[in-house]
Amino acid sequence: MAKTFKGRVVAPGSCKAPALVSHGGFNTLASFQSALMFGGKEAKCGDQNNPDCYEKAMGGTALCLPETIGSTTGGMVLYAAVAAGKNPACMLFSKPIDSLAASGAILAANFLEQKMPVVDKLGQEFLDYVRDGMMITVDEEGNVTVE
Amino acid sequence: MILNEEQQALLDGKQGEMMAKVMKTLVMYGEAFGAERMVPVTSEYGHSVISFGLSVMDPVMDLFDRLIEAGAVCKQKISADPVPMAKNVPSNPVLDLVFKKFMYNRQKRIESQLKKFGMLEDNAFTCACYLPEIGNVPKRGDVLSWAESSAVVYANSVLGAKCNRNSGIIEIFGSVVGYVPEFGFLTEDGRKADWIVEIKTTKKPEAQILGSAVGMKVLEEVPYIVGLDKWIGTELTPETVAYLKDFGAATASNGSVGLYHIDNLTPEAKEQGMGLLRENVKTYVIDDAELQRIQDGYPCIWKDKDAKPKLCFMGCPHMTYEQLVEWTVRVEAALKAAGNSKVLVPTVFTTAPAIEEKFAASEYAARLKATGIVVSHICPLMYMNNPLAKKMPVITSSNKLRTYTSARFYNDDRILSIITKEGK
Repeated sequence: MAKTFKGRVVAPGSCKAPALVSHGGFNTLASFQSALMFGGKEAKCGDQNNPDCYEKAMGGTALCLPETIGSTTGGMVLYAAVAAGKNPACMLFSKPIDSLAASGAILAANFLEQKMPVVDKLGQEFLDYVRDGMMITVDEEGNVTVE
Repeated sequence: MILNEEQQALLDGKQGEMMAKVMKTLVMYGEAFGAERMVPVTSEYGHSVISFGLSVMDPVMDLFDRLIEAGAVCKQKISADPVPMAKNVPSNPVLDLVFKKFMYNRQKRIESQLKKFGMLEDNAFTCACYLPEIGNVPKRGDVLSWAESSAVVYANSVLGAKCNRNSGIIEIFGSVVGYVPEFGFLTEDGRKADWIVEIKTTKKPEAQILGSAVGMKVLEEVPYIVGLDKWIGTELTPETVAYLKDFGAATASNGSVGLYHIDNLTPEAKEQGMGLLRENVKTYVIDDAELQRIQDGYPCIWKDKDAKPKLCFMGCPHMTYEQLVEWTVRVEAALKAAGNSKVLVPTVFTTAPAIEEKFAASEYAARLKATGIVVSHICPLMYMNNPLAKKMPVITSSNKLRTYTSARFYNDDRILSIITKEGK
């Protein structure tokens, strides 16, 4: 059964993609640093400290997470991932977005043609409900439908 | 957000399209966090987390070219994170080829861009820019536009400066326009503590493991730590500076801590004490067992878990001068006790170029060299950031390096034993 959650739009856009869920903080640099340099668009997660995502493809997924953590290269790494087409199709935050992820989303929205919709404040219920592989639809208003 | 006349003019494009986009980005960044105004950057110098010329960073460097061509350079001089290559670090022809030809083949380009933005010194490449030898030491209350998680948490917590955990690129934007949005750690409320962390260990907790435990627990929130002054004192000595540098880096990389308070030690805790605590503060008790639990939970992703270490890195973040001296003495004594004259694992101590020069001029340089240990200003994280190094069994006592690479973590005593006595 489909369930819809309402969040706040940080970077506008719409998409439909399978979910990849990180229940803990998502370390952007640790996750993307190898994937950016090596391998294809699937961008396998390189963060050995994240059992939810380690070695799973991040590219083209609806990345569901509480927040990002770690290095302040985070926003720049997201920006580079979007430019390289190795980014998640969208990023969906249960909590209010953190400063690094917000930077990456806003920089990409303002300086790149490729878009990566970002929605935050979806709530813990969203993160508890969503599972890897569930199909997620995001609209321009910040409505996130999980099925 | 309410902008003043100058800020509005920038946003309206009075200084060109690029400056307008830079301002628009900073305004959107602030609005995402409810900022109501932009405030001037008041520190003398900035600091950038960007220092590595990876080809995958071409989109970032292309953006920087557009800024520079539009005359949008920094209003203040900046320091930047360490460089990814250095001549004296153990390597091999294949690794050299990978570094120079495939990975960091844009190094000259990024260093040239940073120079155009306005480097403080030609060699101001270090993550520990706040150490006195480098000269980028903000004053209490200064508003910063910095990035580099370990530097931001140190500046906020130990120096009492005000800086958000800005991302790379954003920190340059703030230095370019001279304003940053006021939210988070720039506000009084944003500096309040969400957690009280009680230290109940039977001995001085290792900075790298304590920081890891705190970071993993509180993530982006602000901890107020009690009971640590018993072990590290109430004054900022060189030893305390080194401890807090390593502790903070671990909190920031294992979580995303941007500010911590330590009872009776850090400036705001000394002044306001428990008044910094929010209502309904959460509590985290750390004892010996908890630190052991944290360390036992670190994954080792070496293919052969029993492999003999081929390299040891210490100094992420870069070591202080006093740490270099202390470790010289410790390594000498441990080698003597073990009946060895040189370290059994190739070992690199990393530090800022300015400290590398100071150390080279000291009596300790020859003594450390005699042990076989190399001092370098390289960024060990960037050195490790490739498939060849990933396969290499590297050991470290840096929790930051452990977090971002395949390096295996050991505490200081064990590292000392491995490199001087065990060899494996």
